[in-house]
Order: sequence, then C-alpha cells, then structure tokens
Amino acid sequence: MEETIFACQHEGTPVELELAIPAHLLRDDLPLPNPSELEVLRHYTRLSQKNFSIDTNFYPLGSCTMKYNPRIAHEVATLPGFSRLHPATPAVAAQGLLRSLAELQGWLAELTGMAAVSLSPAAGAQGELAGVAMIRAYHQARGDTQRQRILIPQAAHGTNPASARMAGFAVTELPNLPNGDLDLDALRAALGPEVAGIMLTNPSTLGVFERQIQEVAALVHGAGALLYYDGANLNAILGRVKPGEMGFDVMHLNLHKTFATPHGGGGPGSGAVAAASRLAPYLPVPRVVGEAGSYRWESHAERPESIGQLSAYAGNIGVLLRAHAYVRRLGHTGLQRVSAYAALNANYLMHGLRRQGYTVAFAERRATHEFIISVQDLHKASAVRALDVAKRLLDFGIHAPTIYFPQLVPECLLIEPTETESKASLDRFLEVMAQIRREALEEPERLRNAPHDLPVRRVDETLAARRLQVAE
Amino acid sequence: MSQVPAQLRYSTTHEWVAQLVPGRYRVGITDHAQELLGDVVFVELPQTGQAVQAEAACGVIESVKAASDLYSPLSGEVVASNAELTDNPQWLNEDPYDKGWIFEIQADEKDFAQLLDAAAYQNSIGE
Amino acid sequence: MPYIPHDSAETAAMLEAIGVARLEDLFDEIPQALQSDVSALPEGCGEARLRREMEERAAEQAPLRCFAGAGAYAHHIPAIVWEIARRGEFYSAYTPYQAEASQGTLQLLYEFQSFMTRLTGMEISNASLYDGASALAEACLMALRLRPAAREILIPEGLLPHWRRVLDALLPMQGIRLRSLPQDPQSGRLLLPGEDFPEAAALILPQINRFGVLEEVDALAHWAESHNLLRIAVVNPLALALLKAPGDWGEQGADIVVGEGQPLGVPLAAGGPYFGFLTCRRDYVRQLPGRLVAKTVDAAGQVAYCLTLQAREQHIRRAGATSNICTNQGLLVTAATIHLATLGANGLRAAAARAHQQAQRLRALLARLPGVELPHAGPVFNEFVLRLPRPAPSVRDGLLAHGFLAGVPLIELNPADDPHDLLVACTELSEDEDLDGYASALAGVLGEA
Repeated sequence: MEETIFACQHEGTPVELELAIPAHLLRDDLPLPNPSELEVLRHYTRLSQKNFSIDTNFYPLGSCTMKYNPRIAHEVATLPGFSRLHPATPAVAAQGLLRSLAELQGWLAELTGMAAVSLSPAAGAQGELAGVAMIRAYHQARGDTQRQRILIPQAAHGTNPASARMAGFAVTELPNLPNGDLDLDALRAALGPEVAGIMLTNPSTLGVFERQIQEVAALVHGAGALLYYDGANLNAILGRVKPGEMGFDVMHLNLHKTFATPHGGGGPGSGAVAAASRLAPYLPVPRVVGEAGSYRWESHAERPESIGQLSAYAGNIGVLLRAHAYVRRLGHTGLQRVSAYAALNANYLMHGLRRQGYTVAFAERRATHEFIISVQDLHKASAVRALDVAKRLLDFGIHAPTIYFPQLVPECLLIEPTETESKASLDRFLEVMAQIRREALEEPERLRNAPHDLPVRRVDETLAARRLQVAE
Repeated sequence: MSQVPAQLRYSTTHEWVAQLVPGRYRVGITDHAQELLGDVVFVELPQTGQAVQAEAACGVIESVKAASDLYSPLSGEVVASNAELTDNPQWLNEDPYDKGWIFEIQADEKDFAQLLDAAAYQNSIGE
Repeated sequence: MPYIPHDSAETAAMLEAIGVARLEDLFDEIPQALQSDVSALPEGCGEARLRREMEERAAEQAPLRCFAGAGAYAHHIPAIVWEIARRGEFYSAYTPYQAEASQGTLQLLYEFQSFMTRLTGMEISNASLYDGASALAEACLMALRLRPAAREILIPEGLLPHWRRVLDALLPMQGIRLRSLPQDPQSGRLLLPGEDFPEAAALILPQINRFGVLEEVDALAHWAESHNLLRIAVVNPLALALLKAPGDWGEQGADIVVGEGQPLGVPLAAGGPYFGFLTCRRDYVRQLPGRLVAKTVDAAGQVAYCLTLQAREQHIRRAGATSNICTNQGLLVTAATIHLATLGANGLRAAAARAHQQAQRLRALLARLPGVELPHAGPVFNEFVLRLPRPAPSVRDGLLAHGFLAGVPLIELNPADDPHDLLVACTELSEDEDLDGYASALAGVLGEA
C-alpha cells in the first residue's frame, strides 16, 4: 500500500513574508506537507501504475466509447501559442485559435445535420442542460408557457432526467417494447399540450437503432413538442446518419467519446450543442463568429435570445482543439470508417459470445457500436452476478464492461469494444469470457472473490459509505 | 424467502406497522425491502412533530447502490423516531423488525385496519 | 487508415463470423432515407501535415507578458506536474467506477479532497466540478436544498461579472431569484446591508472581489450569521496559502466554499479546461453535487479507496439527483494535486507572497504616471484596478504591440463599469524587468494621445 502524500513530514525552508495585508485577514498556519520533488514524482508515478487505462488495457466499457486517444491531438492542442493564451486576450491576438474553433463549429454542424453549433458546454450533461434550456426558451418565446414536462425513455442515461430537472422541467418516463424500440402507444398517450419535448438517444442505450425514429419525430412535432438528441452514442452512426435528418431539433456531442479526446480519469469532457435553425437563436454564448482574419467571440448583447453563458469562459478549449485535430486527421472517409469498424467489432463480439452460450439481449437485432448480454442464467445456476463477472475480467487485464445499465435488462453487461481494438484483442476477450463462463458454473467462488491479482482485493463500498472518511 | 411476521400489518411500499396502543403505531421497513436495498448506509428520519400523509415520502433510505424514499403507511403526526439508526444504519439489514424500527406515528385506528395483513403482503411480494 | 488496425483479411473473417457480406450490411436496420454522407468535410491528412498547420496557427498567437487576471492567472507550472499528469495511466483512464482497477486515480482524488479541505478549512470536498462559476451555481442550488423554504440568493456586485452571468443562466430556470448587493465605490468593498432578506437562503462572499480588493470577511460573515443566512465563500485557492481560510470566517465559518482551480497547475488555454472545487461542512455531505472518494478497506483488510455516496448522483437517483453532473475535470484535478504536492506549503506561500508583492510594486509604479489613478482604497492581493486617462480597451490594444497583455478592461466584463478602468494582475512570473517594461510602455502609449 502507498501512504498518502501527507505522510511526507519535512518542514522545508520557511518563507519570510512581507505583506501589505491587514493581519486579521491572514491565516495562522497552512497544514500542508513539503515533500521533495523526487518524492512527489515517485509517489504519483506509483499511483498511476495502479490504474487501468486505454494505453494499458482493453476497455470495453459500454456507453463510454473508450477508444485510443491520438497523441498528435494532445501535442497540437498544447502548443504554447494555444496553452498560454489568457481568455481575455482580444480577438485580434487570437486569430489562429478562433479560426480553428470556427472550423470545428462548421464541421460539427455538417456531421450532425444541424444549422448551428455552440462549443461552450463543458461536458455531455452540461450540453444536455443547454439543450433542454433551449427547448424551454423556444416555447416561452412563443408564449407557450404551459409546456413544463419532458418525456424520457426508461432506459435513458441518468443525466437526461437530471438535466431536465435542472432546467426546471418535470419528467415522465416512457417504456420500451420487448424488441428494444420505443413504445409508440405510450408515446401517443403521453404527448399533450404540457409536453415540451422528448430526450432520445439513437442508437438507444439498449444497443439498437430506433427504427421508428421518423414516426416518433412526426408524432412529437405534431403535438407541438421538440426532440432532443443525446449524442452519447454518436460513434455508432458517425458520418452515416445525421441527427438533424432524423428529425431532431437540438443535441449535444460528447467530444470526449466520439472524437477521441481523453477521459482523464473522469474528465474533462466537452458537450458541444448543435441546433436546427428554429432553435439556433437560443444556443449558449459565446460562439465564434466572423470570417477569416476577423474571427471573434460573440457577446450576449448581440444574441439576446440565447439561454446565456454556462461557464465563465468559452468552454473546454483544449478539448475542442483535440477534437479539431481528430476530424482534420481522419477526414470524411476516416470518420465513416469509425462507425463501420465500431459496428464490426461490436457485432463480432456479440456473435462470439452468443456462440459460447451467453444470453444476448435483443439477439434478433443488429448490434450497433455496443450490445448487452445478461448473465441471469449464471445467476440462477450458481448465484454469480454481473458484478462478479466484471470483477473477474479485471484479473485478466481487461476493464469491466458497464454493468447494471440499462436497468431494464437483469444482470446485464453493456459491451462497447470501439473501432480501435484489433481482432486479436477481441479474440482474447472471447477466450477470457469463455473461461469465465466455465468458472461461473464450475467454481463460482473464484468469481465471487475476484479480483485476485490486482493491487487491492474487492473493495468494501459499504464500509466506505458508513464510515465516510473522505479527507485527512 | 424473507420473514413476514404474522402479527404486523403492511403497506404495498414495503413498510411494516405495529400497533403499540390503539392510535399509536410503530413503523419500519420489511425484511423483503432490506433485501432489495442491499447494505443500508444512511437513513434520513422523519422529524418528531412532523405531519405526514399516507403514501407520501417522509424520509430517505440509502444503500450503496440505491436511494429509496421512505413512505408513511398512515396519515398522522410523527411522535418519535429511532435516532440510534443514524449511527447504526446496518440495523435495518440485521434486524428490520426490532432494532431497525424507524418512527412512531399517531394515526387513526380505522386507517390501520385498512393495511395489508401478513398473508396479503406475502402475496403481494410473490412469496 | 488512422487508428483502425484491421487488415482486409481480418475484416473479411469477422464479417463471415457475423454472417454478412459487407460492412455496409451492419447498418441494414437503418432506414435508407436516413443514410447520408459527410463529403463536405475535408479529406484527412497525415500527422506531419496536421502538425504543420497547427503550428502555423499557434504561432499567430504572439507571446505576451500576461497581466490579465479576472479569475484566470498566468502562473508557473513546475515541469513535473504535466509530466506525470500526462502519463497514459492517468490521461486515458475512465472515471474510477471499478475501484479495484482505479486505485491510482482514487487515492489521488482522496489526496486532492484532503488538500482542498485543508486549504479552505472545511470538512468535505468533492472531486471537482466544471469550473469556478458553475461550482458557484451548484453551491447556490445546494444552499436552496438546505433551506427549502427560501427562494433567493444574495450576490454582491463584487462577484466577477462573467460568473454572475453563469448564475443568471442556471438559477432562474429553477425559480430562484438573484438579488444584487452594492459595493462602496470608494473602498471597492461590499456595503453591509441595512435590511433583512427573509426569503434569502445564502449570501455569496467573494474574497477577493472583482476589483481585486480584500473584503472584511469576518464582519460580513458575522452579519450573515446574525441574519440566519448560509455563507457561500468564493476564493482563489492560491491566495488561501496566505488568506484566512473560509472555515474560520466570522463566528461559525463559511458553510460552502467554491473556487476556480486554474491557479493550481492548469494552463490558461484560452479559458479551459479548468476545474471548479466545492468544499462544505460535513452535515451537508448528502446535498453535495459531484463525485466523492472515500478511504475504506478491501476484502483482505488493506487500505483501499472507492467512490462513495453515489446514491446522490444522476446515474442512480436520476431526476432526484443533487446535480446532473457526470464527467467532471479529473485530469485537471490530477495536475492540481501534483502541483499542490510539488509546491508544498512553503512553495504555495512563496508563490502567493511574490504575486502580492509584485502587484504592490507595479501598482505603485503605475500610479505615478500622469493621469493614472487608483480608484479603490481597500487592500489588494495580486490584482488591482487602474483608472486610466483614456478608455481602457484602446490602451490595452496599444500595449499589445509592446508585448504586453496589460489587463482586462472592466467595461468588457460589465458594460456598466467605468470605461477607463483596467484590472491588472501580477503573479510570481511577473519579474521586476516586466514591471518596469510595463510602466514605460504604458507611459509611452498614454503619451501618444
């Protein structure tokens, strides 16, 4: 076990302070350590070695699109001309940056089939909040103030209902049919003059394409409501299907999923929003406006209908520059290949696991970029749970898939290999899953006690929550 | 198969109700409910003196992987709550019908009589 | 093809295993009318070409000596910080939901939480929010959950205007009213309100305020306590190396503390990614937005770490969550934790003191120039307002040619401010020759009129 950095007890060299600040505004002591630089280097290097990462492990984490993060994107985004730029630098001294961001706005509009893009939301959930806030603003501008409700499928990401609530909406959940499609009768029954919109992911979180999307859009628009597209699964259809052409009015993109920017152990993300022309006036400020040589950030005063400003500056610029580099490097043919090979890898794994006897949810459907298996049969046979399968995978150096989401499928694992994984890597995963299936039936304790070979054994989350030691 | 003591009454939202004296009742969650929740890590108790409505949320029970509202099975006034649960949330798992009681309520005898008996509750949870 | 490893034989074998003839067949459930293409996008390019293009664009941003602040500061970042933060094991890992495969990130976040509670004098810290301004909005929502009968938040005009705009965007959607409290134009400090605010949940207390002036936080916190208002402190984390921790403000201390983490090892990068932090009292932990890491044990009884109280969060509580936040700013927090450890207590105090001393020196130098005034009498930390004899934007533009980003014109943050006012910041990077160069360049630009 690695001690915390607070175990470094050197006094260090005390600092003489001459301050023109009244003493009663100052603190008496600063209870922080003074480790040496080498101690810091070793400590955090050792900590890093306790992590799984894309750079070291296959990471088939459904709904998270853990693809390779190209290092050239990092390199160009952190060039000093970009990284040392203060956010208050006047536009005249930031044309190279603004031009790149203006290009990205245009590219994302083309990829999504939308009229306009704002790059400012800091992550997917903030993009969702922007989108539902725009739906609110649209209805209010028309005097249609009774629309206070958002419809969301039961299988949706938890951020959808949480974002709708943050925008002041009530939420009604809609069921899915046994084949994975949305229940249109339930949708018809739920639509009405108080419904502002619906939030959908397509492909849905069930790993299948919503085939009735045009009918859904017609029903929703017919009832005076709008469609929000959660871009979390855009990797499945990148360069092939445009949300704007499916009938969506507003959406966000997860640049940290689809456009290969790193997850960084939990962020930063970027949740750029794109909107059809009738919602474009409400996009969050600021966007880059202007033309070559005279790009600038727009002000709220020149677009007063905007829902406003969601963060202090213009969003996660460093992430946006990485996404820009990714699009530039791949080009339109490269982007289309992304979705083709994401689908190839997912369908290959789905068929391989089915042959081994795993239960595939929606087996009669085509997998998109991800698919679901259920280990309910193993649970019945030997009380092994999806959690145990996940923890056992870690012993083989494979990150666990997403488990217990979507909640509609019992004991489920949501598996997304991404396009950057090789056939050899997928074949190894299949071998390991076959072994785990044998173990589940023959020696289930091996799974229930997993992991065995990691820096720690299974972690006691109950004790963590009851004791709640969250700082020292 | 979870325990459903015969002498108690039940709600469909998995609370049990014990009559202390006519008009005063003790409330907790059933063995079945604690199994569904998993390890409980926190209980937000209703306040003494608080007026509660039947089937309305009056507290929260939180486990590692879920958070559930606690519903009052009866309308009335909360007259006591089990403060020891704050430091011992695991009692809801270990002893849901005794040490894990949650609150006491002053309510109408007629409402109590309307609650499910043990057989009906057992039936409702499919056991 | 970039980053896709399959050769044609492998692709063919996989298609056969699936039982389809062509890659396009994998999309056969998608209605034909929806299938489209994106040929309007550019062709791809090689890494060398991409790098050349972007180096040319980066070079369009000429290097400037940075005296701009207003919430984002040009600090030195030790070389070790991003050397470690950029390691693939941190850079390319996901959120640490699988604790056993994420002990590195989890222990680092626990250490971050410990640094932030110690700096702010509070008991609980989350593992980050998007930025300081959105963290403040979350703190306001948290205050209203703690005071469900209240409808209002009190906001001093000393809060940075771009932060105020974020509150304006996020809070009224939930029916929350924002009430402004005026600053004294002479001192630049918040005036103690003479009235009661029965519908207010909390008072926001920015220390330092948007004019760079230090507030009398004890008196303000005491006033809020006596009016039964929660205290939400807004702080610069580097300044807290010297300034009184919000946990010690007034009699009872602040209830919630938020701030912008950028001064802790995060490059300016034109405004992001940065990170917001939020600390609070232990009693409020179940109203906390965002992720939280706890120390616990594993099945063998050894120390281990994991995410905790996830039942507050959107992936479990859905519409009832404390916030919609999911992805936060993990990599920036990684850098900040390494930055805090590398500087240590002594390094942080030295950097903060140097920034303060250089600001004092520059302020004195510039105030000697003809027509230049200091409008505020209150004490400052590393930032101050200069009142110029000409509109500040044109003076700032004039100094660009001399290699200086001279500051932030207040009118560009708030159109109601005096157009002659320029907000000027120093850091430990502001060397003596930079201060002298700034003063002579400013004298020159003002003389040109």
